[in-house]
Amino acid sequence: MDFDLTEEQRLLQDSVARLLTDKYGFEQRKAYMKSAEGWSRDIWAQYAELGLLGLPFAEDEGGFGGSHVETMLVAEQLGKALALEPWIPTVVIGGGFLRHGAEAGLRAELVPQIAGGELMLAFAHTERQSRYDLNDVATAAKKDGSGWVISGRKGMVIHGDSAGKLVVTARTAGGQRDAKGIGVFLVDASHSGVNRRGYRTVDGQRAAEVELSNVPAEAVLGNPEDGLALVDQVVDETIVALAAEAVGCMQVAHDMTIDYMKTRKQFDRPIGSFQALQHRAADMLVQLEQARSMSYFAAMGVEERDPLERRKNMASVKVQIGRSARFVGQQSIQLHGGIAMTMEYAVGHYFKRLTVNDAMFGDADYWVRYLANAGGLVTAA
Amino acid sequence: MELRFSEAERAFRQEVRDFIAKELPKETRERMLAGKSPTKQMVVDWQRKLNARGWAVPEWPREWGGPDWTLGMRYIFREELQMAPAPQPLAFNTNMCGPVIAEFGTEEQKKRFLPRMANLDDWWCQGFSEPGAGSDLAGLKTRAVKQGDHYIVNGQKTWTTLAQHADWIFLLVRTDPNAKKQEGISFLLCDMKTPGITVRPIITIEGGHEVNEVFFDDVKVPVENLVGEENKGWDCAKFLLGNERFGQARVGASRERIRRLKAIASTESMDGGRPLMEDPDFARKVTEIEVELKALEMTVMRVIATESKRKDKKPDPATSVLKIKGTEIQQMCSELLMKAAGPYAWVDGDPEAEGSNDIDVAPDWAFGLAGVYFNWRKQSIYGGSNEIQRNIMAKAFLGL
Ligand SMILES: Cc1cc2nc3c(=O)[nH]c(=O)nc-3n(C[C@H](O)[C@H](O)[C@H](O)COP(=O)(O)OP(=O)(O)OC[C@H]3O[C@@H](n4cnc5c(N)ncnc54)[C@H](O)[C@@H]3O)c2cc1C
Ligand SMILES: Cc1cc2nc3c(=O)[nH]c(=O)nc-3n(C[C@H](O)[C@H](O)[C@H](O)COP(=O)(O)OP(=O)(O)OC[C@H]3O[C@@H](n4cnc5c(N)ncnc54)[C@H](O)[C@@H]3O)c2cc1C
Repeated sequence: MDFDLTEEQRLLQDSVARLLTDKYGFEQRKAYMKSAEGWSRDIWAQYAELGLLGLPFAEDEGGFGGSHVETMLVAEQLGKALALEPWIPTVVIGGGFLRHGAEAGLRAELVPQIAGGELMLAFAHTERQSRYDLNDVATAAKKDGSGWVISGRKGMVIHGDSAGKLVVTARTAGGQRDAKGIGVFLVDASHSGVNRRGYRTVDGQRAAEVELSNVPAEAVLGNPEDGLALVDQVVDETIVALAAEAVGCMQVAHDMTIDYMKTRKQFDRPIGSFQALQHRAADMLVQLEQARSMSYFAAMGVEERDPLERRKNMASVKVQIGRSARFVGQQSIQLHGGIAMTMEYAVGHYFKRLTVNDAMFGDADYWVRYLANAGGLVTAA
Repeated sequence: MELRFSEAERAFRQEVRDFIAKELPKETRERMLAGKSPTKQMVVDWQRKLNARGWAVPEWPREWGGPDWTLGMRYIFREELQMAPAPQPLAFNTNMCGPVIAEFGTEEQKKRFLPRMANLDDWWCQGFSEPGAGSDLAGLKTRAVKQGDHYIVNGQKTWTTLAQHADWIFLLVRTDPNAKKQEGISFLLCDMKTPGITVRPIITIEGGHEVNEVFFDDVKVPVENLVGEENKGWDCAKFLLGNERFGQARVGASRERIRRLKAIASTESMDGGRPLMEDPDFARKVTEIEVELKALEMTVMRVIATESKRKDKKPDPATSVLKIKGTEIQQMCSELLMKAAGPYAWVDGDPEAEGSNDIDVAPDWAFGLAGVYFNWRKQSIYGGSNEIQRNIMAKAFLGL
């Protein structure tokens, strides 16, 4: 066992941290959020320079050859800065579909564009009725000659408004909730049959409602009749990034709270001298450390070969991260008092990001239910 | 970053598992499976087997019989014992007093005490707490006055675990009543057969006899039984208390309890004619504990990984998590096991009785589960209560 980073990993972590410390202060972030796109093209170009946009792709395809540990390291830093750019949708989710589902020719075409910062991707999966069930897909794909044509509505497509291409799930066979018969398709987002309505989410990110009317697929990712396993794989890998992002957010919320407790005086002393608050802060630290442990476990557990075991690992990650995020987020507000309620104070933004992070691809309650049904982690004696 | 045990460590796990499977007596295992403490004889016999194998004192220096294991191997060893379940080497001998003597003791003390401790020829108990000195241990009042070549000890210890079995007791005593609290304390070794010692049982809420009051009335302790310097006993105490940093997590013990819980709740208990594990509420509670345990296991790994590299003796912030979460999880396991038994958890059997079920009313698996639940409330009280742990975290790690 060894939790030390390699020299290259440390360099990667440091360079991301340096960039974000310089360019992602609270006021700077506010400016990015207010811009038309809601994030910074300039920062995006610098991610490309640092190699973050090609991170998980093979080196001979123009990528950086990073493992899940690298994904975790970068995502944690982005979480600390509450970065607004479409890194997870493009690199982790979109990149995951390309790595696991695309043919080499398609990758050869797209990976350099992604790594260079020219192409953004988004995952158009969720529908009005589906909530967190990955198998609930009503959007339809119909065979059209040798290709597919897609029609339907997708909602809460994170960064769907800026994406150049969409990874769309659509039903090729079976009923709306059948596990079989789901295909994954790559779609040109600027096609005339794609209608996008962008908006801001509570945590400052961008999302879009996407309507597809007879949109031809540019490519099929994986098996069009049986793509759910591919979706599961990519979502599981995305959970590595989400967990790390949450840990980054929790770390900052916790640190800010401790600092505030040392400086804020009431009753003629720092509020950090009150034992009730000290114990709460200690409990926050317990939750943070347990979350960090599960973030490491995510990077390890996602490599499990058996898909069911892998899914159970990632479910347990979502449960712990979600529970910890809720506690650390809520208490960082409470321990600050009124000041944390203001838009001008950063800690509330971490709380909001943590709240949305928990719910991405299913919140802790959803996954605890799943895990219980799947028999849990420990086998009966 | 390598988050798994090494090949060698995995092979070691198998070796330990095989040894336990071959050598652990069936009666010991069954008694422990039922949630009862092993008898004195069971503990002694088992520790002698471990000692013969060279495994009784994982934490000791090599020259005194320590096996020179990596922290990972120590963890694996304890986890396998807990999951079997098998008795641990007696903590008072091997984790508490032994390491103190090895670190602070004289050559004569090491030769005289350590080999007998390792083989459990002497059973030791811990005389720290007093009626007036619990969390605030340094407030202890038991007095030791030097007279010629003896200390004369007067006072009272309490909560002394298994003093009824003990041949020896290690004591914190006050040798300088005028010094500051921590500075007038000494660490003494005392033969339990010395005249003037009285042991009185304290019966805990589930009916068991595991703790005692120990009274000292003009008890003569030879000066050669002082460990370290006079009035420097607090250094020994701090060393002792800080020694077992990841032992309190007891991940293996909780995993064993969850396995058992799931076996019981999947087969035996029926709600509405269905196994209890099919009740979504119950299954969810079990699952939540399993997740917390997985996170704790990873936290233990982190502590082991950083501790093995650390030059200074400062613990990793993650260590503070171990006691709090470890005990919360164990307590929750004991509660769910009791709940799984339903009304048959209520039979008030004798926790000391031989066999697993002295009142033949409840099914064997249900017997005594409430008792364990009641008894395990102790876990968040001793070993530095969970509130004291939070104080330590707030001060040492958060700087509040
Ligand atoms: C939305 C909103 C509306 C409000 N409306 C009004 C209004 O209309 N008029 C008005 O006058 N005020 C108003 N307030 C102010 C409100 O009453 C204060 O926020 C409140 O008194 C807490 O004070 P504080 O925010 O300065 O936090 P602090 O007093 O600085 O407290 C910070 C933290 O320390 C804790 N703490 C403080 N002292 C102790 C202690 N001795 N022991 C243990 N913990 C302690 C607190 O519980 C809190 O968790 C409003 C506040 C908010 C958020
Ligand atoms: C089953 C059992 C076995 C034991 N075995 C041994 C043994 O073998 N040898 C031995 O020496 N001792 C032993 N102990 C004693 C144990 O170490 C003490 O019980 C422990 O130190 C707590 O002391 P106390 O019980 O006097 O509680 P107190 O210290 O009186 O504490 C009472 C409550 O106040 C809280 N509290 C105290 N101080 C603070 C503070 N500063 N801030 C916040 N909260 C605080 C505590 O957390 C607790 O909730 C055993 C105890 C038990 C229950």
